[in-house]
Amino acid sequence: MEKHEGFMRALKCRECGREYPLAATHVCEFDFGPLEVVYDYDRIKKSLTREAIQSRPKSMWRYRELLPVANDPTVGLQVGFTPLIKADRLARELGIRELWIKNDTVNYPSLSFKDRVVSVALSRARELGFDTVACASTGNLANSVAANAASAGLKSYVFIPSDLEQGKIVNSLIYGANVIGIKGHYDEVNRLCAEIAGKFGWAFVNVNMRPYYAEGSKSLAYEIAEQLGWRVAQHTVVPMASGSLLTKIHKGYQELIKLGLTPDAETHLHGAQATGCSPISTAQKAGLDFFKPVKPNTIAKSLAIGTPADGFYALKVIKETGGGAEDVTDDEIRDSIRLLAETEGIFAETAGGVTVGVAKKLIASGKIPRGDSAVLCITGNGLKTLDAVNGHVGQPREIKPSLREFEALLSQENRTVNA
Amino acid sequence: MAKRVLIPTPLRKLTDNEHEIEVAANTIGEAITELQSRYPGIQERLLDETGRIRGFVSVWLNGEDIRFLKNQQTTLRDGDEISILPAISGG
Repeated sequence: MEKHEGFMRALKCRECGREYPLAATHVCEFDFGPLEVVYDYDRIKKSLTREAIQSRPKSMWRYRELLPVANDPTVGLQVGFTPLIKADRLARELGIRELWIKNDTVNYPSLSFKDRVVSVALSRARELGFDTVACASTGNLANSVAANAASAGLKSYVFIPSDLEQGKIVNSLIYGANVIGIKGHYDEVNRLCAEIAGKFGWAFVNVNMRPYYAEGSKSLAYEIAEQLGWRVAQHTVVPMASGSLLTKIHKGYQELIKLGLTPDAETHLHGAQATGCSPISTAQKAGLDFFKPVKPNTIAKSLAIGTPADGFYALKVIKETGGGAEDVTDDEIRDSIRLLAETEGIFAETAGGVTVGVAKKLIASGKIPRGDSAVLCITGNGLKTLDAVNGHVGQPREIKPSLREFEALLSQENRTVNA
Repeated sequence: MAKRVLIPTPLRKLTDNEHEIEVAANTIGEAITELQSRYPGIQERLLDETGRIRGFVSVWLNGEDIRFLKNQQTTLRDGDEISILPAISGG
């Protein structure tokens, strides 16, 4: 059974611990538990030092030993190492001592954190001999699979709910991907894709490639820690759809501590959802360790997963790290998108509004103490969800190209302000 | 007409690689019992020690998650399609 590939040792069931070969497979045959990559940390420790990392190009692949590919990656070599911004103006608004934004709105090439997971999944898919890649997506993943498959010369099929934002649909079509709109919620798209994956021999990045794919999210944690000067974040606020990102950021921090790359320190993971699809935050607030599936109804479509596959593990991580969870309404999401844009000059998609809005609530309630330091994971770009804020950000004031008209406009506004 | 059960990849070793199996059962719970009588071992893959459907298994009836219906008590009609699937990650 055991066959080392690179720094990977095997796939292992998170529930019962049974091990499997490093193939394109994602669930335990015995109890359907998710499979996870097992690494040889002793070998990694010899190879992955701070000096080695800092000598490598600024992309997520500078932590290559901790990412599940056997050989050098072949897809998405430029992905990651996005800016970590010290957000002093937003910190003042939210009333916290120190605040950072991990800005994946400018991740390369498709402007969301999904490029991280996709570059891993497609690199691994190539190693396993696939020529067609596919995904079930709420939008960002579809964009990333389409873009990265195009540049890698792979054929792609992306399956999305047909009512997605126009920006996300065009952002998949432009790359020549086969875009299939499904008349239903993401959970239904997901079900269909599981059925298709069982019948066609494709690399479905979030189905049969999921053990590799999901590991790509850990790179967010590695980058945050390195950019903070080699320390894990005291608090990290993470948007939750399936809950996978939150669990992988936690895993990333723990790996850095285990490898001695950062000092051992307390790190609290907090989860953010939209009220219109909040199975995980609702369960967390009720003190439950399981969630009840819901039918999503929110403008935060990228988070609209009513049956979150990693919800159980996300709840566990939040509990174990002493974190919290909250959810925000559509209006609060829009207000928070504006707040982030107006204070930090970052235009996030709806999921970013969810994260900022939830951080605000967690700080106000004391779950994140005001004297502490927090990192907000902003995972997608606002240009992709213009529909969500269009009509809520005002209109440009139109005048003729005349100085007199402009002065009249200004003096009228001053009168209004002084009135 | 009978009811059709779609079998996911991880269970096909138990069903002689059959992708679809017809059952006569009247509820989801009975369908699982019927599958067990024909393909021994399948029940413990789907149900935990207390007899409830495992956390990482989802069962769909004509495209509806049975957790929105009556779980294992959900009744079946002729022509129904039951899909058993592992829970899947986000996107």
